[in-house]
Amino acid sequence: MKRLIPALMLATLAVCAAKAEPLTSARELLSPELQAQQADDGANPGMLWVERGANLWTTPDGQGAKSCAGCHGDAKTSMRGVATRYPSIDTASGTLMNLEARINSCRVKHMSAVPFKYETDDLLGLTAYVAHLSRGLSMAPRIDGPAAPRYEAGRKFYFERQGQHNLACNQCHEAQVGKRLRGDRISSGLGTGYPAYRLDWQRAGSLHRRLRACSLGVRAEQLEYGAPEYVDLELYLAHRASGMSIETPAVRK
Amino acid sequence: MRTARIVMPKTAKKGEIIDIKTLITHPMETGYRRDDVGAAIARDIIGQLRVTYAGTEVFRMTMFPGVAANPFAAFTTIATATGEFVFTWTGENGEGHVERTTLTVA
Amino acid sequence: MQRRQVIALGLKAAATVALLPLLPYAASATDAQMADAMKQVLGAMVPKSGRVTIDIPPLAENGNSVPVTVIVESPMTAVDHVKTIYLFSPVNPAPDVAHFHLGPRSGRARVQTSIRLANTQNLHAVAVMSDGSAWMQTAEVIVTLSACVDAG
Repeated sequence: MKRLIPALMLATLAVCAAKAEPLTSARELLSPELQAQQADDGANPGMLWVERGANLWTTPDGQGAKSCAGCHGDAKTSMRGVATRYPSIDTASGTLMNLEARINSCRVKHMSAVPFKYETDDLLGLTAYVAHLSRGLSMAPRIDGPAAPRYEAGRKFYFERQGQHNLACNQCHEAQVGKRLRGDRISSGLGTGYPAYRLDWQRAGSLHRRLRACSLGVRAEQLEYGAPEYVDLELYLAHRASGMSIETPAVRK
Repeated sequence: MRTARIVMPKTAKKGEIIDIKTLITHPMETGYRRDDVGAAIARDIIGQLRVTYAGTEVFRMTMFPGVAANPFAAFTTIATATGEFVFTWTGENGEGHVERTTLTVA
Repeated sequence: MQRRQVIALGLKAAATVALLPLLPYAASATDAQMADAMKQVLGAMVPKSGRVTIDIPPLAENGNSVPVTVIVESPMTAVDHVKTIYLFSPVNPAPDVAHFHLGPRSGRARVQTSIRLANTQNLHAVAVMSDGSAWMQTAEVIVTLSACVDAG
């Protein structure tokens, strides 16, 4: 009995320690040089896509020859805070939309324009631009009402073992945060810096591109860009990151 | 269509040394990579960035495949008088991109 | 050159060429190739050590893009300035990385860029001055692979 109590205490401590670690942005795990590169808008290559987005914002497109600015005016005012609320439920269709889906929906419905494909410079640019306009603001998506079942689906996905490696997201991104995986340190997987400039990609890429790389990493099926499962997961991640700042465009490895 | 980005002050005092930072989208394809079926991907890089200030060259950078994609170049120059800066990136294949901006010198 | 050295070099070159199809990238330059590249810009000048500072992380987390700053001590006057700063790599597939052409209008001899490093190596920076002298510095950079080798 004497030995059991300390053992029980240790076991309890271990269980408590294994639960929610404070969330860390992957930025804090980068070298000082890469952190400096992200912080310097003159050196951060992701800003090239923000710049492209800013140019597209005022460029008329589609059969209506309208630009984003035609309805939304100056993005610096109209878009500030918007990215903190995404993904969100589109009241008209009832679907959960991330920024990319919202941008394309606007293009089709209000500009009679062709939707942009994932990973094109145009969609990356506009998404990066809109997200960047909320840089420094805290994530605060809604998960109540019609968003609730989508949030729950995303949460389930996050904790579900997948792929040949049979790993769930939380097994690395909660339990092993800060530990090394080959040359890298494992982050909390917040997703608050996307679209991000990933050095491995040598260009900016969307969160879905990153999620597909995660799927590949555990040898699970890579879902299509824009897949509803990934958007549900985005909502879970966005809510999980509540209070953490948007960093778009982040510099990542 | 390339996007280029220049970060530099809009105004400066005469004689002040100013910092200029430049970025441009470009894959800087080295020519060493192979595609999924093993075929070589052709080299395609920016060969040079040339900067003039009121017509005089004040900076030139020759780039090789060892320069990272979406090339970043930062340098300094002395603010002499109000004038136009012209940034010209030239690809080895002859493709060019030009950006202009004016510096106002008090 | 001794016959044995020629044969040894020849075998080494042949071995490298034979391996080429198997390498995911081109074989690296040798110190000799870098020396050749340096000779092309320096001619008969022998660079002295000093006056050049290379600011580069000692450990590069991803060889695709490594930020580097080169600073050269110089008054940058009309009669005494840095004409060109050269960056050379002894390990990348090609020895020249970037050349920066400055002058008295520069104010300072300080340039920054992001470079690709194929592997752990000693990066060389050479500054050629208006008085014809040349100065050199080297910096060792350890290059690691990122964890997600399938970058996706």
